Amino acid sequence: MSTAYTVHDSVTMLRRNLLHIRRYPSLSVMLVAQPILFLLLFVYVFGGTMGAGLPGQHGGGDRGDYLMFITPGILIMTVASVALGTAISTASDMTTGIIARFRTMNIARVSVLTGHVLGAVLKTAGAVVIVTGFAFLLGFRSDAGPLDWLGVIGLLVLIAFSLTWLTVGMGLAADSVETASNTPLFLVILPFISSAFVPTDAMPAGLRQFAEHQPFTPMIDTLRALVTGARPGSDLWLAIGWCALIALLGYLWSRRLFLRVPAK
Amino acid sequence: MTATTPAIEVAGLTKSYGDHVVLDGVDLTVPAGTVYALLGPNGAGKTTTVNILSTLLAPGDGEIRVAGFDVRREPAGVRAAIGVTGQFSAIDELLTGRENLRLMADLAHLDRTTATTAVTVMLERFDLVGAADRRAQTYSGGMKRRLDLAMTLIARPRLIFLDEPTAGLDPRSRRDLWAIVREQVADGVTVLLTTQYLEEADQLADRIGVLDGGRLVAEGTAAQLKRRVPGGHVSVQFTDAVGLAAAAAAHPEATSDAEALTLQVPSDGSIAGLRRVLDGLDNDRVAGVTVESADLDDVFLALTGHAAEAPAAREIPA
Repeated sequence: MSTAYTVHDSVTMLRRNLLHIRRYPSLSVMLVAQPILFLLLFVYVFGGTMGAGLPGQHGGGDRGDYLMFITPGILIMTVASVALGTAISTASDMTTGIIARFRTMNIARVSVLTGHVLGAVLKTAGAVVIVTGFAFLLGFRSDAGPLDWLGVIGLLVLIAFSLTWLTVGMGLAADSVETASNTPLFLVILPFISSAFVPTDAMPAGLRQFAEHQPFTPMIDTLRALVTGARPGSDLWLAIGWCALIALLGYLWSRRLFLRVPAK
Repeated sequence: MTATTPAIEVAGLTKSYGDHVVLDGVDLTVPAGTVYALLGPNGAGKTTTVNILSTLLAPGDGEIRVAGFDVRREPAGVRAAIGVTGQFSAIDELLTGRENLRLMADLAHLDRTTATTAVTVMLERFDLVGAADRRAQTYSGGMKRRLDLAMTLIARPRLIFLDEPTAGLDPRSRRDLWAIVREQVADGVTVLLTTQYLEEADQLADRIGVLDGGRLVAEGTAAQLKRRVPGGHVSVQFTDAVGLAAAAAAHPEATSDAEALTLQVPSDGSIAGLRRVLDGLDNDRVAGVTVESADLDDVFLALTGHAAEAPAAREIPA
């Protein structure tokens, strides 16, 4: 199969996935609602106290400062949340008869997966725009310039791309749709043990080391720097490196799972 | 595929899962442009055979060429030549009928205009115009099967596999589907179908292979297979035991059933044979006469040692 057909077939499969998103919007709504609920919860329930504990040039802050602090983490949770949905939709897609049909057709087989991934990245973009809009409604303000925003968009797309390849693999590996909805849950939990909601300095030694070195922390720190108009420094390269690694492993894993000739 | 290359050539095909042997040395050849029916009960290995021939499943041993391509080494060539409709509907239920067909046309790399035309033609031909813009999940069983087949045929494959294409369909939908298969054959398409329905094999196939326990236990035309079992019989039902006894004495080769008051006289189905039986009968003592020729059910029973399990499924509505 030539590369031209790989692209052609991937676009066809993307169209199929976009139709699915349109026909079954409740899953997408739920996936966007979750980070918004977290945003509201953290800003209005915990925000006052948490803001006061933030280290800053003014020696602590308020609810508004906390909103500024957690918005990048909430955006990452948005990406993770949509990625979780992709594990579910991939697993449920695999139970349908049309997948067997695709396997008997002379098409670029991996396009079934790239269709899911591209669809998910577009869905994530939509979700991120909605959640960001919500953060602005709550009072989020940014000093970022156009170039910084371009960086934010680029990084979020990259993160969405890499997490989605991982969750597509989880969806393929799952023996049921239920399993597929459980395995990626750690993606929604992990941001809690990162720099998303509190500075890592506030954690006890072992946990702090984990939080500082897990992949979400450089991603969140980079986003935080970009939206405040600061330079992200080495975090940017670390974030890109993690994304590339996760995307590559997720892709190879998914491909292997999907291309293997089924035993039964 | 030239006229001289068979559409399907299988020699010594085996497949097992651990100790469980599913296919135990199957040989079959299907000439291009013909219909071959694999007939067998559940678990005989029909679906496994189709899955291997359509590259869904790796074979164990054996030489398998489909449309001239080796299924192991040249699966892409095989896939480009075939269309498959399995027993479970291979349609996208969230998409409409039109979108499903368009998806197939796009994946077959038809250009935009050709694809649009092909979709319209298929919707009309498969009687789906009214439902074209409804989601496939709202379709009846018969409509889903028609859409499924339309999706298989839109790319105009030269060889189609139909795995129990009419399982679970009502008699009318079944006849519609048979008509579609016949149209394809008239266009020169090769068909390999599996079925549990003896009548279906009899109706559609040029050649029938009887698969049982992973082996082809018999192969031939429907007529050849029917000749392999004892012929038909004339069954006479009497109004009383006296009539039965008198006729039984006249036909020592017949089997009489005293309880049911019937006599079964072996017959070759000819008029002369029938007349011989009828001539000796006393009209007043006969309740009814039926002539039965050997059907594939008898063949199946004789060849496999057990009856086909299919007929009950006929009552499942669409």
